Amino acid sequence: MDSVRSVYTTPSSLTYCDLPWIIQHREDRCTLCGRCTAVCPVNAIYLTYRRQRVPKLDVLKKKRGNEYRHFVGIRQHTSIEKKCIGCGMCSSVCPNEAIGPVPNTNEHRTVFHQNQKGDAWKRGGRRNRSGATILDRIAFDRISMLTDPALDAGRHEFSLNTILGRVLPPEEFLRRKMAGEWIPPTREIFPFVIGSMSFGALSPNMWLGLLQGVAYCNEVLGIPVVMATGEGGCPPWVLKSPFLKYIILQIASGYFGWDEIIRAIPDMQCDPAAIEIKYGQGAKPGDGGLLMWFKVSNLIARLRGVPEGVDLPSPPVHQTLYSIEESVMKMIQTLSMAFGFRVPVYPKISGSTSAKAVLNNLVRNPYAGGLLIDGIDGGTGAAYNVSMDATGHPIASNLRECYQDLVAQGRQNEIPLFAAGGIGKNGNVTQNGMALIMLGASGVHMGKYIMQACAGCLGNEKGRCNVCNLGICPKGITSQNPKLYRRLDPDDVAQRVADVFTAIRTEMKKIMAPLGRSQSLPIGMSDALGIDDADVAQRLNIKYIC
Amino acid sequence: MCRLALKSSDTPFSPYEVLLAMEAMQEGYDGSGLGLLMRGVQFADFNYEPENQVILSGIAHTEEALSRLNGIMESRGFEQKYDHEFTVRPELIEARDRFKYIVRVYKKPADMEEAQLEDYLMHTRLMLRRDGEEHGGDLTVFSFWSDVVMIKEVGWPLEVGDALSLFDNRIMARVVMAQGRQNTNYGINLYACHPFFIQGISTMTNGENTAFVPIKEWLEGKNIPGYMGYQSDSEVFTHILHYVTKKLKLPLEVYKHVITPLKPEELESHPQGDFLQGLRIACRRLIIDGPNAVIATLPDETCMLVMDAKKMRPATVGGKPGTWAIASEMCGVQAMVPDRDPAFDFQPMREHTVIIPPDRKELLIWTQFDPFTLPQAA
Repeated sequence: MDSVRSVYTTPSSLTYCDLPWIIQHREDRCTLCGRCTAVCPVNAIYLTYRRQRVPKLDVLKKKRGNEYRHFVGIRQHTSIEKKCIGCGMCSSVCPNEAIGPVPNTNEHRTVFHQNQKGDAWKRGGRRNRSGATILDRIAFDRISMLTDPALDAGRHEFSLNTILGRVLPPEEFLRRKMAGEWIPPTREIFPFVIGSMSFGALSPNMWLGLLQGVAYCNEVLGIPVVMATGEGGCPPWVLKSPFLKYIILQIASGYFGWDEIIRAIPDMQCDPAAIEIKYGQGAKPGDGGLLMWFKVSNLIARLRGVPEGVDLPSPPVHQTLYSIEESVMKMIQTLSMAFGFRVPVYPKISGSTSAKAVLNNLVRNPYAGGLLIDGIDGGTGAAYNVSMDATGHPIASNLRECYQDLVAQGRQNEIPLFAAGGIGKNGNVTQNGMALIMLGASGVHMGKYIMQACAGCLGNEKGRCNVCNLGICPKGITSQNPKLYRRLDPDDVAQRVADVFTAIRTEMKKIMAPLGRSQSLPIGMSDALGIDDADVAQRLNIKYIC
Repeated sequence: MCRLALKSSDTPFSPYEVLLAMEAMQEGYDGSGLGLLMRGVQFADFNYEPENQVILSGIAHTEEALSRLNGIMESRGFEQKYDHEFTVRPELIEARDRFKYIVRVYKKPADMEEAQLEDYLMHTRLMLRRDGEEHGGDLTVFSFWSDVVMIKEVGWPLEVGDALSLFDNRIMARVVMAQGRQNTNYGINLYACHPFFIQGISTMTNGENTAFVPIKEWLEGKNIPGYMGYQSDSEVFTHILHYVTKKLKLPLEVYKHVITPLKPEELESHPQGDFLQGLRIACRRLIIDGPNAVIATLPDETCMLVMDAKKMRPATVGGKPGTWAIASEMCGVQAMVPDRDPAFDFQPMREHTVIIPPDRKELLIWTQFDPFTLPQAA
């Protein structure tokens, strides 16, 4: 027997039991094919030779001794950078169901050691708080079938679309129409929008699949879905294609990709759906975009006009301008002008108690085409963990107070509010979206849900995967490495986009029909909402039900 | 569910006729109340002059309320010309706090322009209403306008008519609209009963407007005097009609395009599609979500029936030159104009607006797919 020698451990020495995910490996089933170790995105597991001592006692000869058995097994690294992320790719490739990650049911230790070399923990995903959200708990309780003939979700005609763009008060519309003056551009779109995910954050195959799916929804299914680019611009072939009309182009503080966009304007066959000016993001308020060097491939570098393989942190604010009011005003006006005042331009801000100030500013800006508020549960490709988990404002109350502010001013028809941040966090995408619409949103943006539903993103709010920032996405969704993203077939993504939006459309009808609504999207129909929490009900100004 | 009846005739008739039509449709409502509006009014005991006089309708629930009303009317400079005393049978009325049913004729104040007078009348009505609300609801005021009498009461419609002896021909009118239910979705309240009234415009509706709250919030946000109350989801129909015709000054037909706009693909081929597409967006908060049939009357005695876009509420219009009727059910039309040719009865579909013009010679059946006349510049 070996004695226990003086043990040397470092402060960050952990055992596999200290990790958030523990690899369970069944040696009796393992064929030692090595696929799991090859596929693991973080090299958490390795094949290794082990020696096992087998004590031997020969009673008749009164001899004792040892025999040694050698075997090959799979083991788990315990260093922070190689800790298992729980993605489960090993299970998916194992021919014999011999391996898989199991969540550590005890608290784990890695949170205390993520900041190796003084580098604060950065990750992808969204706020790691699991469980039902406020939106999940809202019920649609004003059932009008009892007082009126029922609507049939399957047979009646429903008007489900929303308006993106500045809407004039009726008096002003008539005046301008008579005078032949400019009427702000609007778009009639499906209220569930694919939120900003940049070409850079997403792999080319993911982007292509989404665009294909969006085009199919528009042109075949008749669902006018639009998708927003993130900050990273848009491939030139898309800019010059007729599909541009389904795309909201985002401009953010790094202005990445806008050289290409501006140069492409003369060659555009159609206008984009809208321009989104990003001032903030729910997942990381106060931070600019971040594309880490792992993902700045040759293609991305070319698109963004930067060298390959460098970190691309966008500044937290638009640097060129003096004040936020001036920034908002000038950027909206400049971008409106760039597209001939034919394209709605709106800002995107992170959920914040100061959202109302921005909104009131926009109400006075005749060119502002809307406001997108992104709540604390919004996702991101890369951010500091502390920003994601602790910074921001939940969307429900933020959206509601902004809407009620507009109602008090009688301006609720004029600036459409879009909400984002945690829509579909637990899969209830239509329910979450419709709850926000009835609280006052004209529509919702969803990014993470789309990655999960349309491309099989494995990330969750219990720390699973969350490595979008590193370019090692095991599904090929957020990677720029062709070896990884070729796993994702754009056709399959497109198919799932069509599935998702078809299902959302059906579920919207299933929610609206019992409420007796079919002629217009029930924006602000707060009398239909109830929640089983009196404080929340009071804050959102909806009914308390129990 | 509500049942509605409207009759419009060249010669004044008793409102009781319309109550009998309500009775014909009795299976369709719960009889929880009656709302009645009369236009083109003729009193047996008084020679009413619509161009010089206005009529106040309401209920004083106490003697004190009535004396406050007198004080307010005097202070606003209205000289009383006639006080209609109903022959009341209180035993037929459910409520016990009805001191006096008010139908009073006042002289129009002199030296006021038309628009100024319209506002003055409405503000006086709102002042009386507010006064009643401040005193525990002891004063209820339904209308204060030229040539309009309104009665609202809880109970079975015909019994209310009997209670007020409406059969006695002491009040007759050329246009009578009646509705037989107190409230569909909200609390019982005299103000919640259709028809609703604002500045000469009145509507009544059957069905539930499920888009009520967002529309109400929008109308309230306009801060237009008189856009208040909203004890019923149907009150917004009246205010939208007022907004479209009085504030936006658009033709009557546009009302249909505001509350139930055509779909974008339908507007593409509409001769006024460009304008209507813009109007649809600018007025999208006023899109109703029925099913509703909206029946309206205007100060010039024009009557109108507008169908909702789902066409899930029944309404029939029929009659003959000089006399027309609109009702929720055919039997209601039959009761009001039995000597018409029923083959010419018309049941509007989702795109239709039916207008009975003041001359009552023929019905105008206008479809939303047809153009309407707009001021030149538009």
